Amino acid sequence: MSGAHSQQMDASTAWGGGTSPFKVSYGKLMMWFFLVSDGLTFGGLLCALGFAKFANPEWVAGWPMGEEIFTHFPFTHAHLPLLYVAFMTFILIVSSVTMVLAVEAGHRMDKRGVIKWLGLTVIGGFIFLGSQVWEWSTFIAGPDGDLTTWHDNATLQHNTYGGEVIMTPGEHGHNHTEVVSYGPTLYANFFFFITGFHGFHVFTGVIFNLLVLRQVIRGVYHKRGHYEMVEKVGLYWHFVDLVWVFVFTFFYLV
Amino acid sequence: MLRDDIVEYSLDYHHSEEQGKVVRKKIWKVTAILSIITIIEVLVGAMLPKAEQTAMVWLLIKCGYIALTVVKASYIVLIFMHLGDERKNLRYMILVPYIVFILYLVFILYLEGTYVNDAWEFLK
Repeated sequence: MSGAHSQQMDASTAWGGGTSPFKVSYGKLMMWFFLVSDGLTFGGLLCALGFAKFANPEWVAGWPMGEEIFTHFPFTHAHLPLLYVAFMTFILIVSSVTMVLAVEAGHRMDKRGVIKWLGLTVIGGFIFLGSQVWEWSTFIAGPDGDLTTWHDNATLQHNTYGGEVIMTPGEHGHNHTEVVSYGPTLYANFFFFITGFHGFHVFTGVIFNLLVLRQVIRGVYHKRGHYEMVEKVGLYWHFVDLVWVFVFTFFYLV
Repeated sequence: MLRDDIVEYSLDYHHSEEQGKVVRKKIWKVTAILSIITIIEVLVGAMLPKAEQTAMVWLLIKCGYIALTVVKASYIVLIFMHLGDERKNLRYMILVPYIVFILYLVFILYLEGTYVNDAWEFLK
């Protein structure tokens, strides 16, 4: 243990309390503080969704049924409720598992193990992000991608159970699809905001994981004597999975 | 005095190959539990759609979903995030804000939301 991070310090610089009451390092404690506040943010958003659902009856806001929200699957037109979202959930759970395995490998100072599992976590994160892009684009442009966003801000108004669509013959034999009535906008606002906010967290998590993976490959943590940085970004990554568990329940099931 | 903010506690978590095997076994067990719960949720969602249920049965299913979600969340927090292995005061410092604030928020929004709903029904 040599280097600036383990040097002696005098008692006046150190805090006066002896050992830390929480028995965790500064960085980990701060990551937990951040996650508590971030979790309360998500809690507030999901509670707001609950309030909107309790406050607005079916005939005012037109709430869709959970299992009917997303029934598409790539490469098929079959009606498959929940299957695609279940796939996304599964990807996130698996990448959470690979992350905890990377942390475990770090505790054994197994550099190659950390690289392998952290690399798989990054890949899982990218698969989830790609899945969400496909889900969103299917929501916005319809399953065949033939809705335009030019007419009346169709982006947020249309979804599979909402806006009514007409086809009009256009030039060159192509059909134009236009949104003629609005879907449940209150629902769409919540859906895109909360899943978007979560997707932004996934994106940030993938960036963190990539940066830490680079440091692992360069041997920075091996030289330091511990892989705690993997554990800290791991906390963040598990938190992202945790939030998705709730988003999945309150958007697609209940 | 050795700086305790970076090094000491970080080294406490090191473990040997044999201990690692035990930890990994636990991780795979939790993976299986989380997957099974997700499969149950998806099957119930696909087999018992809301439209075909009476209000009473749907309420039960809804409560079941929320209970399963809380079970899943506690496995992730306590095992994957290692909160179960942390000191008791750290554990409560993290969990108590949720127990206090979120439960209160849920309660008060449920109450107020129901009043607003009644107002809509009155206007109908």
